[in-house]
Amino acid sequence: MVSTVSPRHDLRRSPLAPPPEDLERLLLIRHFELTLLRLFETGELSGTTHTCLGQEYIPVALAPLLREEDFVLSNHRGHGHFLARYDEPDGLLAEIMGRRGALCAGVGGSQHVYHRRFLSTGVQGESLPVAVGVALKLAGTGALACVYVGDGTWGEGSVYEALNMARLWRVPLLVVVENNGIAQSTPTSTQMAGNIADRAAAFDVPYHRVTSTEVEEIRAGLAAPVEAVRSRPGPLVVEFVTHRIGPHSKGDDTRTPEEIALAAGHDWYTRYARAFPDAFARLDARARERVDRIAAEVTARPPSVWERG
Amino acid sequence: MSRVSEHLNRALHDLMEADPRVHLLGEDVSDPYGGAFKVTRGLSARFGRRVRSTPLSEGAITGVGAGLALAGDRAIVEIMFADFAALAFDQLVNFAAKSTSMYGRPVPIPLVVRCPSGGNRGYGPTHSQSPQKHFIGVPGLSLFEMTPFHDAGELFAEMFAQERPCLFFEDKVLYTRRMYTGGTVDDLFGYEVRDGVARVFVDGVTEPDCVLVAHGGMTHRALEAMRTLLLEDDLACELLIPARLYPLPELAGLERARHVCVVEDGSAGGTWGAEVARVLYPRLWPALRRPIGLVNAADSVIPAAPHLEREVLVQAGDIRNAIVEALS
Repeated sequence: MVSTVSPRHDLRRSPLAPPPEDLERLLLIRHFELTLLRLFETGELSGTTHTCLGQEYIPVALAPLLREEDFVLSNHRGHGHFLARYDEPDGLLAEIMGRRGALCAGVGGSQHVYHRRFLSTGVQGESLPVAVGVALKLAGTGALACVYVGDGTWGEGSVYEALNMARLWRVPLLVVVENNGIAQSTPTSTQMAGNIADRAAAFDVPYHRVTSTEVEEIRAGLAAPVEAVRSRPGPLVVEFVTHRIGPHSKGDDTRTPEEIALAAGHDWYTRYARAFPDAFARLDARARERVDRIAAEVTARPPSVWERG
Repeated sequence: MSRVSEHLNRALHDLMEADPRVHLLGEDVSDPYGGAFKVTRGLSARFGRRVRSTPLSEGAITGVGAGLALAGDRAIVEIMFADFAALAFDQLVNFAAKSTSMYGRPVPIPLVVRCPSGGNRGYGPTHSQSPQKHFIGVPGLSLFEMTPFHDAGELFAEMFAQERPCLFFEDKVLYTRRMYTGGTVDDLFGYEVRDGVARVFVDGVTEPDCVLVAHGGMTHRALEAMRTLLLEDDLACELLIPARLYPLPELAGLERARHVCVVEDGSAGGTWGAEVARVLYPRLWPALRRPIGLVNAADSVIPAAPHLEREVLVQAGDIRNAIVEALS
């Protein structure tokens, strides 16, 4: 089964205003990520990070489709996945900065967060088999396991081992593919033969393609298929055609200015800013101030303490 | 009298009966086949969907086991031949083991990965390895091995109590051997199991010439060497076999011996024996009269032809020669 959620409005037309709470969450994630890049530039962050600039709408759209008892597995680019599920930016920032109040004592950092029913880990494709195991446990309870992967992840054999078992054993597994067209620096066209739809079809796994970037439109298209993941139960692959408007991690974008501009042309942020400037500016300023305040407060905290068990 | 494979099978039946959280996954584990070595026979008929024959996906089934464990259940994964555990290395090392501590607090991952290991059966280079050494020193990962002295049910309980992933090696040559009971090995040797370590000894000998330290799969070759050393070379040996290979438990009584020798079937280089020696040296240094001996398989793949395989793997004669040479 293949179905497609397409945008009702192309980019030249005025978009729908998302509900204020969604726009607030979108802006929180945007300013959180921008703040990380700024903190790196000023030398206040160490290590590495992978921001989801341009892709924030995906977890925000999915958030109300997920239930408290669902288990979300995330990847290296997971800040948005976390913030869309749990409004705890201070704990996440403390984790990334190694400060008191860190979600995982600063041990995991940006890519390894386990909090409530959210777990991220940093090896591509590794989380899919784990998600099948979690889903096996959840099968029949109405809850599901949701796992976020990128287009690059489909180079890993574990993806296919997991899809095979998920279908054979009919587990409630929602695979969310954020296909941003580029795996670190390698265009998807040079690292993926064929396409994700056909790969899902090969395993007899239902597939949905989403090209819209409007959260309500996405939800309307996905509500029934996600419900079927729970009730059938069985796996579902949802591929979002999206755009990474920032670098892979930090300052490592090798795309041409034209390619970057093309990606930026799909950015919900500039689109909404143009479409309804006054309301947008108000919420944008509020989110920026909130993140600035959190950043200042977390930066001033003492280092995190790891009590090794 | 029960054979080791039957004993393991009974332990799995008892475990799954007693604990409904336990799942078992592996290739060809379901009835009527019951696993390549018949250790899982009868489990699928009795426990239904808690026992799953899987596709050929060692990496993913280990990940599924870890996911079940993460979600609050317990999982036993069978890797048909220990050589194939290499396919599960990422899930074991980067996910299951790291996840027990990398989230800043202890995260229980009660996962046991059973690995039939070892050679001397003519299966050739990819079905005969003792790959324990590749998994030593991984934070969050424990290594156990079946022995004919230890109760398998107690070992499963101990492994799950670790709340972290455990590899459980089962040397294939043990499957058809009998479990020892009653403190007697044979006409020469008695045994006891204390604090997780089996000790095989000659009655009345309190200061042995040599203490051998070995993993479960070496048991019968070590015993054969000990018999010859006693009867033909007049050298009395003790044998210590810990079921937990890593981290190494306390090995008692080594100070009494003239010589300590670690015997294993892993290939030379970066061995379990070297790790045992590393742990023992600081403690034994004042009492040692000579370096700790290390007997291991050759730096070689394991040939299929029996005469070639015997040359590569550790045989009783190799152990005897090493002890005689050290003590002469």
